[in-house]
Amino acid sequence: MKVFNGTAVFGGVAFGRISIYKRNEQTIKREHIQDAAAEIKRFEDAKQTAISELKGLYEKALKEVGESHAQIFEVHQMMLDDLDYVESITMMIEDQKVNAEYAVATTADTFSNLFASMDDAYMKERAADVKDVSERVLNVLCGNSSGASVVDEATIIVADDLAPSETVQLDKDKVKAFVTMFGSTQSHTAILARTMNIPALINTNIELLDEYDGKEAIVDGFTGTVYIEPDEDTVKVMKEKQEKDLARKALLQELKGKESITLDGQKINLYANIGGVEDVPKVVQNDAEGIGLFRSEFVYLNSNDYPTEEEQFAAYKEVAEKMRGKKVIIRTCDIGADKQIDYFNMEKEENPALGYRAIRICLDRKEMFKTQLRALYRASVFGKISIMFPMIISVDEVRQIKEVIAEVLAELDAEGIPYKECELGIMIETPAAVMVSDLLAKEVDFFSVGTNDLTQYTLAIDRQNNKLDSIYNPHHPAVLRMLKMIADNAHAAGIWCGICGELGADLELTETFLKLGYDELSVSPSMLLAVRDKVRKTDVSKVTLREELQ
Amino acid sequence: MKQFTYVITDPDGMHARPAGALVKAASAFTSNVTIEKDGRAVDAKRIMGIMTLGIKNGQEVVVKVEGEDEEAAAAEIEAFMKANL
Repeated sequence: MKVFNGTAVFGGVAFGRISIYKRNEQTIKREHIQDAAAEIKRFEDAKQTAISELKGLYEKALKEVGESHAQIFEVHQMMLDDLDYVESITMMIEDQKVNAEYAVATTADTFSNLFASMDDAYMKERAADVKDVSERVLNVLCGNSSGASVVDEATIIVADDLAPSETVQLDKDKVKAFVTMFGSTQSHTAILARTMNIPALINTNIELLDEYDGKEAIVDGFTGTVYIEPDEDTVKVMKEKQEKDLARKALLQELKGKESITLDGQKINLYANIGGVEDVPKVVQNDAEGIGLFRSEFVYLNSNDYPTEEEQFAAYKEVAEKMRGKKVIIRTCDIGADKQIDYFNMEKEENPALGYRAIRICLDRKEMFKTQLRALYRASVFGKISIMFPMIISVDEVRQIKEVIAEVLAELDAEGIPYKECELGIMIETPAAVMVSDLLAKEVDFFSVGTNDLTQYTLAIDRQNNKLDSIYNPHHPAVLRMLKMIADNAHAAGIWCGICGELGADLELTETFLKLGYDELSVSPSMLLAVRDKVRKTDVSKVTLREELQ
Repeated sequence: MKQFTYVITDPDGMHARPAGALVKAASAFTSNVTIEKDGRAVDAKRIMGIMTLGIKNGQEVVVKVEGEDEEAAAAEIEAFMKANL
């Protein structure tokens, strides 16, 4: 068994035989020609042939992967018809009396270098497009036939990188995975793999050796691993992983795009919890209606010093944009307790869970807090951002927060920096906040219950102490009564409330949450569809709350 | 000459596909159409040029239309950008 690793761009497990993708490498020679007009005609004819081939690819892609992915082949046709491109070629032929092949290859290099030098990952990919369309013209000029041979069974394509025209020519029924040595998450291979719902690895440390051709292999698109000639144990483990994944995907197909609504018409917003920008693809794949908890700690944890406003702004903006107008609730810095950071220089505490943490640090170290708030408000114009504050125990804290926000907004106004009004909410994760939730509800736009801390504080049980596992019961009536009180107080004040702790994904309690009237559940992306499934099977009018909640 | 400015609101910016669609929209008219970013103007009927501007979300572009059908062309292109970019 041989094992190679790459970056996974789409999850899934695939079995198949390896097909090493090889293309005709052509060496272009500069040749002197006599008749420039005839040479230009050769180019024009080749260009027309290439364009009609691209029209064919457009039709094929349209059928197989849909309009939005097929459009690239229309763009390719336009590239070949682009006057800058065509003039560059014809002028070279005319002025330098060179052969069409050389003029095309040189022009392709010029344009692709122009794109490759741009400061934009997506535009860099266009360099590959220019090369690809030019290659097509060159193939016509040289009389080569291009195309891939996919054998008549499940195939794993292994290549250095694949151009869109190459991927679309593959037989989609047979191709089960892509493995490339290069490429980016923006590359066509990656985009196509996501559309085709098949695993793909890029930047893989594999070589294109003939000896791999035709060998059995497994691609694990979750870990980014490819196994060539896998042993029995690996096959067994991977088969199980594949089955689980297929079951999840079947559920996804069934529930994707469907509303999270009960049999009797009660809607709930189903959002996802994330810990960083890299989680967003999972959120989108699992069809979340928004992000209910974006833990901003990662910007602090992935850093050796306080993260700058720009660093934070870039991360928040990226997530807001990628969610395309769906709600993104970002929780401000929740450092302390079990999340410690060296550069915060915090004194060792006897009892960190009850110590200097989260909003307590933020209200004490205001400059740091203001930096984060500025970044959040600046990012607000790029999507729909809500801001949420952790570890609240009093109305006074909320007022202090609002004062800091007012200062930040006044600064942004003075600097002429645009921002949008953001919904402001708080985490309800202390018994104190529960007990004054009627008062807090008048101060904020929403509540989100952090059940992990709320359970630990309510039951006075350290959730990190294994010895106490048997009595750590998140279904404890004390916790559930608090959940009822929170929802009642929120709704009495006309604000919405949700749950973003682990309990939110507890399917045994989904009916209870619905009956209590929770407006939102935010769960890990992998749990989204299971919860949606449960919601859609619930008839709230038939749910009876357990005795202690009545 | 007709002229308008537009701020891109598409999160992906002016990428290959919208650029292609813009070329199509502009090519439907006989007027000369240019699109300008940070003082650099390119022909809106040429896709490579548009893509080399690397227009991103939040950036402002100036579109200038000159020719017989400039009135209709400017209106059409502005509507196209509002709807797609």
